[in-house]
Amino acid sequence: MFTSLGRYILLLQLSFRKPEKFKVYWAEVMREMVSVGIGSLGIISIISLFIGAATTIQVAFQLSSPLVPRSIAGSIARDSTILEFSPTISSLVLAGRVGSSIASQIGTMRVTEQIDALEIMGVNAPGYLIAPKIIAGITMVPLLVIASITLGITGGWLACVLSGDVSPSDYIAGVQGDFNGLTVRVALVKAAVFGFIIASICAYQGFYTSGGALEVGQSATKGVVYSCVMILFADLVITRLML
Amino acid sequence: MIEVKDIHKTFGDNEVLKGISAKFSPGKNNLIIGGSGSGKTTLLKCIVGLHAPTKGEVFFDDQNFTEMDFTQRVPIRTEIGMLFQNSALFDSMTVEENIMFPLNLFTQQSKAEKLDRANFCLQRVNLEGKNKLYPSELSGGMKKRVGIARAISMQPKYLFVDEPNSGLDPKTSILIDELINELTQEYKITTVIVTHDMNSVMGIGDHIVFLHNGQKWWEGTNHEIAKTDNKELNEFVFASKFMQAAKDKL
Repeated sequence: MFTSLGRYILLLQLSFRKPEKFKVYWAEVMREMVSVGIGSLGIISIISLFIGAATTIQVAFQLSSPLVPRSIAGSIARDSTILEFSPTISSLVLAGRVGSSIASQIGTMRVTEQIDALEIMGVNAPGYLIAPKIIAGITMVPLLVIASITLGITGGWLACVLSGDVSPSDYIAGVQGDFNGLTVRVALVKAAVFGFIIASICAYQGFYTSGGALEVGQSATKGVVYSCVMILFADLVITRLML
Repeated sequence: MIEVKDIHKTFGDNEVLKGISAKFSPGKNNLIIGGSGSGKTTLLKCIVGLHAPTKGEVFFDDQNFTEMDFTQRVPIRTEIGMLFQNSALFDSMTVEENIMFPLNLFTQQSKAEKLDRANFCLQRVNLEGKNKLYPSELSGGMKKRVGIARAISMQPKYLFVDEPNSGLDPKTSILIDELINELTQEYKITTVIVTHDMNSVMGIGDHIVFLHNGQKWWEGTNHEIAKTDNKELNEFVFASKFMQAAKDKL
């Protein structure tokens, strides 16, 4: 375990060495941002809408007491979405979508000697392959989480409109009332950390793949599993530290 | 010139290379031959720095490559071209982008100059007009030729070739050998080829190093190979009845 941790830290160190040519690396960062950000927008939108809707219906069901104002459903759905569902659930889904893609892409490059080809040319392979993915993860996952929060809250409103469990005006009143900006800051910190975890762990698994197609698949699986575990662990630590 | 001195390489308890020394001259096709598991690819990887030798040194024109760190190696690496066994073309890039990739990173050339160079390299390997194809759209022989075009794009002083004929039909194999030979002669490149293809050995083997059990067993030219009485080399080179018959006719 300590050997792996040491290799992971050394790989990160190599990844952030001075690039051979900034322009080429910048183009790679942009490409990765499009792949991570735009490429994941569809799945994030779908899960956010459904989770927002389901959360609102469940909160309305659990708080069906005449003593509790109906608007509380909007307030709880908003805070749950901002603090937990959007950053954590989105990141777990992104670990599957983006993380497996990163691990299998780099793993395939390793077993087909494309990484050797980069090194022979004098290119810092970790810098060229991993740094742009980490930068894309740190920048694009927070943006996706902002989109997810917006869509999650919208999903809750749609659930109110369609089910009638809570009136849309009560829901909106709940969403707008007693808003604490800290919750958004916590969500963004979580998103940036989760983005880093997904990109770096999956890239590490891919980079040290050896063998063939079977091992590439195993690396992708390991990358996703370890990323998910680390996301949940980091979620707990950040929540404890910031709230 | 490339010189390797007393190269040892061990993986766990398995000593793959047991003290190999050799010199590879410019303008010659230097072949490293040997049976499967004899250590030829490991030796090649030690020379180019993909493996760190357990013991021994590698010199590129009297510069000790083994002692250099990553940054110090970059100037030498930009003078190295390598053709991999499976070509190792970048899947996400077109043929043209593959060839221009090292130029983008290590030269200050304009886009037009880089494009000219890519076209020249493609023309040199008889693949004009294939610029926009992706590696998945190419045949095995074409991939090898694009690999060669990428390897020569930076006008290398040293060319390393790992199993250039694997997976190719005999006619394409000969074309690839002839192409490597032409480039070596024309640009006075120090070319090191790892192969176990007997057509290559007899056709372009200006200098041959035969490895057996991780040791240098024999060294000479393709003319000398037919006359040698080295038992292991004879068993390797003349393993087939066809080659044995050819030898008997000599």
